[in-house]
Amino acid sequence: MTETTDRDDRVPGLLPQGLDAHLVVDRGSFRLDVTLTAAPGDVVALLGPNGAGKTTALRALAGLSSLTSGHLGLDGVRLDRTPPESRPIGVVFQDYLLFPHLTALDNVAFGPRCQGAGKAEARAQAAEWLDRMSLADHAGAKPRHLSGGQAQRVALARALAARPRLLLLDEPLAALDARTRLDVRAQLRHHLADFEAVAVLVTHDPLDAMVLADRLVVLEDGHVVQEGTPSGIARHPRTDYVARLVGLNLYRGLAEGHTVRLDAGPAITTTEQLDGPVFVAFPPSAVTLYRERPTGSSARNLWRCEVAGLETHGDQIRADLTGELSLTADLTTVAAADLDLHPGAATWATVKATQTHAYPA
Amino acid sequence: MTDTGTVETRPRRDRPGLRSRTVPVPLLVPALIGLAFLLLPLIALLVRAPWRSLPEQLTSPGVWEALRLSLVCATSATGLSLVVGVPLAWLLARTRFPGRGFVRALVTLPLVLPPVVGGVALLLAFGRNGVAGQWLDAWFGITLPFTTTGVVLAETFVAMPFLVISVEGTLKAADPRYEEAATTLGASRFTAFRRVTLPLIAPGIAAGAVLAWARALGEFGATITFAGNFPGRTQTMPLAVYLALQNDPAAAIALSLVLLAVSIAVLAALRDRWLTPP
Repeated sequence: MTETTDRDDRVPGLLPQGLDAHLVVDRGSFRLDVTLTAAPGDVVALLGPNGAGKTTALRALAGLSSLTSGHLGLDGVRLDRTPPESRPIGVVFQDYLLFPHLTALDNVAFGPRCQGAGKAEARAQAAEWLDRMSLADHAGAKPRHLSGGQAQRVALARALAARPRLLLLDEPLAALDARTRLDVRAQLRHHLADFEAVAVLVTHDPLDAMVLADRLVVLEDGHVVQEGTPSGIARHPRTDYVARLVGLNLYRGLAEGHTVRLDAGPAITTTEQLDGPVFVAFPPSAVTLYRERPTGSSARNLWRCEVAGLETHGDQIRADLTGELSLTADLTTVAAADLDLHPGAATWATVKATQTHAYPA
Repeated sequence: MTDTGTVETRPRRDRPGLRSRTVPVPLLVPALIGLAFLLLPLIALLVRAPWRSLPEQLTSPGVWEALRLSLVCATSATGLSLVVGVPLAWLLARTRFPGRGFVRALVTLPLVLPPVVGGVALLLAFGRNGVAGQWLDAWFGITLPFTTTGVVLAETFVAMPFLVISVEGTLKAADPRYEEAATTLGASRFTAFRRVTLPLIAPGIAAGAVLAWARALGEFGATITFAGNFPGRTQTMPLAVYLALQNDPAAAIALSLVLLAVSIAVLAALRDRWLTPP
């Protein structure tokens, strides 16, 4: 970036376009320390378990809580000392927070009004946004008369009508029932794809994150543990949390050729030939269970385990196993019955080398 | 309770979760005594009212003057309480500052302070030689004691805490995140208050205003101490009632009936508009 910029308040060293943030928030024993960058048009999902700091990061971006240190730049302008009302940042709150005393139209017109538009002009803009969300028929409705999906779209329209350069969405689908969720997720994806500035959404649902976002940033305990494209993360998880999210068994170990000696536990034979610290992952469906030690099995990855728990998972049974190696295994209901699986039952688990996947740590 | 009512409840008794319709005697008797104690004076007022001479009593110019003055002063005091009391309630509910608990205690002090003490304190503050009053007199030629304005001030002093407490409670119950949502849409904190918070807490403000108005209407101690008892200028209904009782009890009863009617009207208005959910 050069000194010759078209705006005086641009700060050298910040990305000239999009989001450039280093958020540090200390709150008692919890510390959030996250670096986030995104180009205009990007949709970034902050994914993480409860208490990971997702909402703290979002509030810090919006200016609703202040940074302990770090910086927040948007399109080359530094915003971390700017009060929330002066930041070009819109928020769709988890429970929407539509103003209950205003109609859908006036809720959406609120932003333009605050930015100085006259009443008629603001309402005209709001009507346009509602139309775009296919909500023209509900313009006069008070929020309590809107369905969950409609309220979500009004909240999105309200945030977008203020023409933000950064759109924040806090668990945008969490308040919806399963059926509405599918529809709204598809619509939201469509609207986010149309949005020309940066969108950051916070969610604990990996499906929402993968459908809506181009890039995932996984937070655990206030820190970024992994970031990348949804498919990259799904293929190469780097923490137990991410592995569980994407439904993989994940281990860390030291590779020597085709053998990976795990940090804790036995060795796993893989098809990849690697050396040094690696991750090994395999899906629960790759595991085969036996009650007796299989004879003549070609699988070299054979471990003695005990059933810790069973639960239904779709039309399958997912077994949690402990023993030589802790892993989860998927099997059909019939197979589970044939094996007479129950918590405490001893089993043998095998995985074919071809179904494991090793990658450098 | 009718006999059939009691019979009906008997078979239900062993079903859990159903309210029994029988009330234990140790609760029922004191409750009825308490109710009678509250009702009897009101009934006495109605029984002993000089119904025949009532039209004559009520059409005397003194009554209307006192009533008009009472309504004007109580309404002005309520208005004044709203203008300064709502922001004060917001400050107490929405901001953190050192000594907030102490300030809150000070605000509520007039609730428990004997009104006559309030009147004395007002004299010491705004009297012609008072702490602030001497400057008001010297600089602007403003004298507050023994004027209609003085009545309004005395009533405000006593009534405003009711409004502040009521509004503060409503504010604390209201979700502050609506204000946050407004600021993310570009509203300043004041705009957020004006366009979002104020409409949301309007029912609480209205209820607080009615409470304050009713308290101001009945104000006696602080008013007579600070503003005196001049017919047409500072003699409000309660003062007129007290004075009439000395030499014309029938007039006192008539005046009391007027105040009772006003009170019942206020209660009815409260019930229909604010106490029952829409």
